[in-house]
Amino acid sequence: MASGTHNGTELHAPGPFPWQGWLTTVDHKRIGVMYLIASCVFMALGGLEALLMRLQLWQPNLNLVSAGTFNQLFTMHGTTMIFFVVMPIQAGMANYLVPLMIGARDVAFPRLNAFGFWMFLFGGALLYFSYIGAMGLYGSGSAPDIGWYAYAPLTSPAFSRGNSTDYWLLSTLLAGVGSVSFGVNLIATIVTMRAPGMRLRAMPLFVWMMLVTSGLILFAFPPFTAAEIMILFDRHLGSHFFDTQAGAHGLLWQHLFWFFGHPEVYILALPAFGMISEIIPVFSRKVIFGYSSMVAATVGIGFISMSVWAHHMFTVGMTSTLDLFFSGATFLVAVPTGIKMFNWIATLYGGKLQLTVPMLFALGFLTLFLVGGLTGVMLAVVPMDWQLSDSYFLIGHFHFVAFGGILFAIMAAYYYWYPKMTGRILGRRLGLWHFWLQFIGFNLTFVPMHFSGILGMPRRVYTYQADAGLEIWNQISTVGAIITGIGLLCFVCNLIVSFRYGRIAGDDPWNAWTLEWATTSPPPSYNFEQIPSVNSRRPLWDLKHPTDPDWLHE
Amino acid sequence: MSESSRPVAAAATRPPDPYAADDLQLLDPRKVGMACFLCSEAAFFTTLLVAYGLYVGQDTIGPTPAEALSLPLVSINTLLLLSSSGTIAWALKARQDARRKSCCIYLGITILLGALFLVGTSIEWRGLIYDQGLTLGRNLFGSTFFTLVGFHAIHVGIGLILLMIVMILEARELLAPDSVAPELVGWYWHFVDGVWLVVFGVVYVLGR
Repeated sequence: MASGTHNGTELHAPGPFPWQGWLTTVDHKRIGVMYLIASCVFMALGGLEALLMRLQLWQPNLNLVSAGTFNQLFTMHGTTMIFFVVMPIQAGMANYLVPLMIGARDVAFPRLNAFGFWMFLFGGALLYFSYIGAMGLYGSGSAPDIGWYAYAPLTSPAFSRGNSTDYWLLSTLLAGVGSVSFGVNLIATIVTMRAPGMRLRAMPLFVWMMLVTSGLILFAFPPFTAAEIMILFDRHLGSHFFDTQAGAHGLLWQHLFWFFGHPEVYILALPAFGMISEIIPVFSRKVIFGYSSMVAATVGIGFISMSVWAHHMFTVGMTSTLDLFFSGATFLVAVPTGIKMFNWIATLYGGKLQLTVPMLFALGFLTLFLVGGLTGVMLAVVPMDWQLSDSYFLIGHFHFVAFGGILFAIMAAYYYWYPKMTGRILGRRLGLWHFWLQFIGFNLTFVPMHFSGILGMPRRVYTYQADAGLEIWNQISTVGAIITGIGLLCFVCNLIVSFRYGRIAGDDPWNAWTLEWATTSPPPSYNFEQIPSVNSRRPLWDLKHPTDPDWLHE
Repeated sequence: MSESSRPVAAAATRPPDPYAADDLQLLDPRKVGMACFLCSEAAFFTTLLVAYGLYVGQDTIGPTPAEALSLPLVSINTLLLLSSSGTIAWALKARQDARRKSCCIYLGITILLGALFLVGTSIEWRGLIYDQGLTLGRNLFGSTFFTLVGFHAIHVGIGLILLMIVMILEARELLAPDSVAPELVGWYWHFVDGVWLVVFGVVYVLGR
């Protein structure tokens, strides 16, 4: 801490630029905020790409964008949303909240933390620089057009000329290195730096889920890095890892990618579950139902998610034994996820519900994620998957999980913790507009995809046949996408307007129970004047109700 | 629990004792961080090993591992690296007993053994490349072998740099007596050594 400052929030680093304090910061809260702001920029880009695709699909045989551009759009959209929107939002939220929630002054390795952020940001910049810089010697291609999972041999030098694929590989590789450093840092922080008295079984559920997420990052990202290095060697050093003519299997890439790619889904989803587990109890005015089973389910999901990867590959012709194993393992994931679902509902049951905007988003999460989970169980049935894989049904399914589930939880988190980060509450009127536009727009966009998918519309094709009954579903989807876009604009307006004019939040606007609400909003750079000591899962409840503390009942 | 307060409980004066301490919190964050990092490294090497194991015997052209790899040289190499794990353990023991000089000597021997391992590897590679015609682009064996062994060698090289830094700092008395840096570098070195044992088993014993 800089000595001699009167107010910990305004640290002025010596230097010529006004932004220097941010550029050189190692403070976990500032890094968290930078993650969140950068992710907003990438979300705008990824959203724009989605809108362009929806406009192209407004009518059959439309030529708004060419087939090649369409390939780039879905590749960039997927890569951006996974690696440069949801990952950094989860990293940003965890950075900001975990040290506050466990009563620490910072993370274990602040400089490593900053390193992780800059790796992510440069990775994202590299991905978008491909639009300008990837022309390469051959003058072919600009942005990568290999799909977000880059199947071999599409990425081989023969089929992917120019440098666009290299930009994709390097940008995701850098972001992956950043993620691993983030995971290492967070585990060390959570394991060793909790406030006195905060045992593992008294940790807030968000912290628990970030702990499991970090563990998944440690084991899922390095194989992806290794596989990307193999492609880079294939492309530039003439090796044969994915060269079928030399006897190699293109299938190896699929296995390695999904060994990363499926845990990645849970790396994105578990923090969202954690946010929901913090928000629902507060606005139900009840303790979370089944804390221990929630933790057990989280760890269970962590383990099972490492052994379901090949359910993305049922259509490539594996043996029926493998199909059976991965199908069974996938059904198994539904058990711990179901436990969580029932715990959240049981927390709502009999509570004094307060329908604040974060609570609305949390309820939206519950409904939409449930649908996404159920279509996931449908797709785990191998014959069903043979019929529906790579159709718009699949697109509908995973957007129900990733957008309806994860992004709604993230929005709930924004509305819930924005007051802590800025000291002001996000406006309720714009918030309601945002919620309803996004909820309606989301359903209009993604429900019809299930139908067009069952009717046989394949994903990743720039157009579709006329008179196949697909127009109406696509047009509803496009209208929905535009409504969703307007909803997200309301959100951005709300973020900006409330920063200046929002209602002053105070330390604890929601009358909540976890430690981040015990300090000022925004917190000083040292977080807590005195490190709090913890006796139960709801330390603030104990402070507010000294005559009836939680530890009497836990 | 409802929002309304309950009547004052008689026992509500002191929190329960079990909440006072937690063994995990006594761990050093740097050690936990290093352990996590080594886990991710293990996942990385496992992937390269899987690729190697999957492609053994799938080649359409030679040379095969049985033709190209020779055991005597690599056995000496393995012995060098294994004994370096012993010398670094002695170095850390000496440091614990505040025998700075012998700590530095053992660190120096460790560095020497590691460097000899790299020399051995380069002799092996020279033979493979010039005598056997095996390169990264020759066949699947070349691709997977050089990637796997190459990444291991890079890790040995990084380990040597770290060991040198620790040795110099230790010799100049710049390292605090309670610094965990030497121990963490020791962990890393043992890890690299362990990876080599697995590589030796998979590539030179099982895969030949």
